[in-house]
Amino acid sequence: MANVTLQNIIKRFGQLTALADVSFEINNGEFFVLLGPTGAGKTTTLRVIAGLERHDAGHVLFDGEPVDHYTPADRDVAFVFQQYSLYPTMTVYDNLAFPLRSPLRRTPEPDIRKRVEETAEKLRISHLLNRKTARLSGGEMQRVSIGRAIVRDPRIFLMDEPLSNLDAKLREALRVELKHLQKTQDSTTLYVTHDQVEALTMADRIAVLNQGRIIQVGTPDDIYDRPSTMFVAQLIGTPGINLFRASRDNGQLQVNDSPIRVPVAASAGELPEQFILGVRPEDVQPEPEGAFTGQIVLIEPLGVETILHIKAGQQTLLSSVSGMTSWRMGDAIRFDIIREHLHYFDPASQRRLLK
Amino acid sequence: MATITLRQVEKKFGDVHAVKPVDLTIHSGEFVVLLGPSGCGKTTTLRMISGLESVTSGDIFLDDRQVTWLHPSERNIAFVFQFFALYPHLTARENIAFPLQAEGAARDTIEKRVKEVVDLLQIGHLLHMKPNKLSGGDKQRVALARSLVRRPAAFLMDEPLGALDADFRERMRAEIKRLHLNQNATTVYVTHDQIEAMAMGDRIVVMSNAEVQQVGTPAEVYYDPANLFVARFIGSPGMNLLYGRYSDGVIHLPGDNRYAAEQSGRSLTRVFPVQGQNGVPDNHYRAPEAWRPALEKQLSGQDVIIGFRPEAAQVTNTAEGQLKAEVYADDMHGAYSMLHLSLGSADMIVHVRASRDLKLPIGAPIQFDLNPEMVRFFDPKTEKALSRGGQHG
Repeated sequence: MANVTLQNIIKRFGQLTALADVSFEINNGEFFVLLGPTGAGKTTTLRVIAGLERHDAGHVLFDGEPVDHYTPADRDVAFVFQQYSLYPTMTVYDNLAFPLRSPLRRTPEPDIRKRVEETAEKLRISHLLNRKTARLSGGEMQRVSIGRAIVRDPRIFLMDEPLSNLDAKLREALRVELKHLQKTQDSTTLYVTHDQVEALTMADRIAVLNQGRIIQVGTPDDIYDRPSTMFVAQLIGTPGINLFRASRDNGQLQVNDSPIRVPVAASAGELPEQFILGVRPEDVQPEPEGAFTGQIVLIEPLGVETILHIKAGQQTLLSSVSGMTSWRMGDAIRFDIIREHLHYFDPASQRRLLK
Repeated sequence: MATITLRQVEKKFGDVHAVKPVDLTIHSGEFVVLLGPSGCGKTTTLRMISGLESVTSGDIFLDDRQVTWLHPSERNIAFVFQFFALYPHLTARENIAFPLQAEGAARDTIEKRVKEVVDLLQIGHLLHMKPNKLSGGDKQRVALARSLVRRPAAFLMDEPLGALDADFRERMRAEIKRLHLNQNATTVYVTHDQIEAMAMGDRIVVMSNAEVQQVGTPAEVYYDPANLFVARFIGSPGMNLLYGRYSDGVIHLPGDNRYAAEQSGRSLTRVFPVQGQNGVPDNHYRAPEAWRPALEKQLSGQDVIIGFRPEAAQVTNTAEGQLKAEVYADDMHGAYSMLHLSLGSADMIVHVRASRDLKLPIGAPIQFDLNPEMVRFFDPKTEKALSRGGQHG
């Protein structure tokens, strides 16, 4: 397994700059997620690392060594794509054995059998080994695709939205499997997704990409607790963060058009007069003695949590509480805002204020 | 607004049931969701209510009016589809006004009603635009406005958010629900997305294999699923299901390798004891008092499934608790973290909601308890939930 570095990668397609100066480092054994909306440059980045796309400037290094001029085969990477690229007429066993039977590798058959069986065990597809892949369900096919990548020991795994064709339940189950597998194997993995839940739940570190630029790199905790821009703050978290125009007034933070006034924390002294206040829904909590009052205008019970839409003045706040609740639509509610976790952004630059 | 009643409504294509006989009353002003995987019969049921599909047998009533054999246009029901069928050559305003014009409504009535729905949906700024200039969400708003403008007796919606991206779906979900609260229109809403169903429905009709599995409020289907299908289908992740064996108030579970699981493909069929230290299996769960009579009566000495939701698990101290497991993986979900714990085998994984501060490595041993109020039991043979009264629920 390798440590992979991207240095100032620029990639253009005609007039379009797909990657504008992208740099980051994936540590050996790390699960690194590239997260961004459609067209952000995620897949292009992955293809540049694989050698399937030539970059116009910058360097790709594996363990400190430039691989810019290596062919994809020489880079020794393994792929898992959204579309399962399996041989439908072959059995699961032969599909898994295929990468090991490549003339380049010349692995002896007994070794192949051992590797295939180990891999099947890890992915819990041992009972499918003699089946033709055409006869498998979507989830089983994706397990086999993952198996075909991990059956050998490449320098890095590159995964491009591998779960997005699966239904919600399967996606959840495979997400847990993939994470367990990656952690117990310590394999270096670059995982591309537009799904923030996948990024938060699986990554050791996340790089948020937008319009060909890296916006922020950090652990899921960093990205969630200290988003560097409003874009990142809104991209991460369901339900989404509450953002309000707010102002500083006589030692208080005043949320515009609402009765919400919070005493200024010492650190907030340097805030400009006008700013954007961000509050995560779990930091808006119903409290019998809460400082603020509002009215519940909508309740969305999701099971593991319930989202309350609370109207206070002209503003509506989302509050997320654990489990199901006994609140009813139209109820008056007292709530508090947890001051330790407030986020401040500059309205013009949309950047985080007070790191 | 109307009450919709289905009496023994069924649909067959040849010998195959698309919908087995359904009895259902949708009350005036209620928001009812038909939920299930594709092919379960939910859309066919909706289409029978609308009149787009004929029934094989049974009766449909709108209030006291028998509408079973009426043409869709005679039922005074509005249909909203996944794909917004707007007239491309008309502006948003003309699209919205179209149904009223077709009825020959007076000009000032049209003005007034269009203004009402436009204000309600806050789409005044879109009125002069043609559909090809509108975003997916705005198209759906205009389509909604067009169905609202007729003031129908009921709304039928077939996956209206299916074509939108995740972020937008969430916002439109809240908008449709608020609109409903505002209008109080009887609504039947079809989706395969259980989160949407939970968030929007006053009641949910869970369907599978052409059959109604359960009808209940979101809290009922979530905490008291009628059977294993509902337990697994509702919730993200679904209900945790632990396979064990009941005897004398205690459920013995796999764990510490002293119980082995018998497996057929990916599903567990049975667990059985393997000799442990002193011949005593290590992992067991003491059934809550309230459940013992029912368990004793129905499943004494037999296999049983314990069901609980992720937030029913209590991880107070990782070295205390009735149930013993080890960490298989853990996920950060923003507000909380989800621990995936394995009990004895990788086929027995439970999902437990925990504080984000609890960070444990893979393989770490952990113990936890269950909130006795939130534990349920299922009979693996019938797949049905036990009721505390002792009868199958």
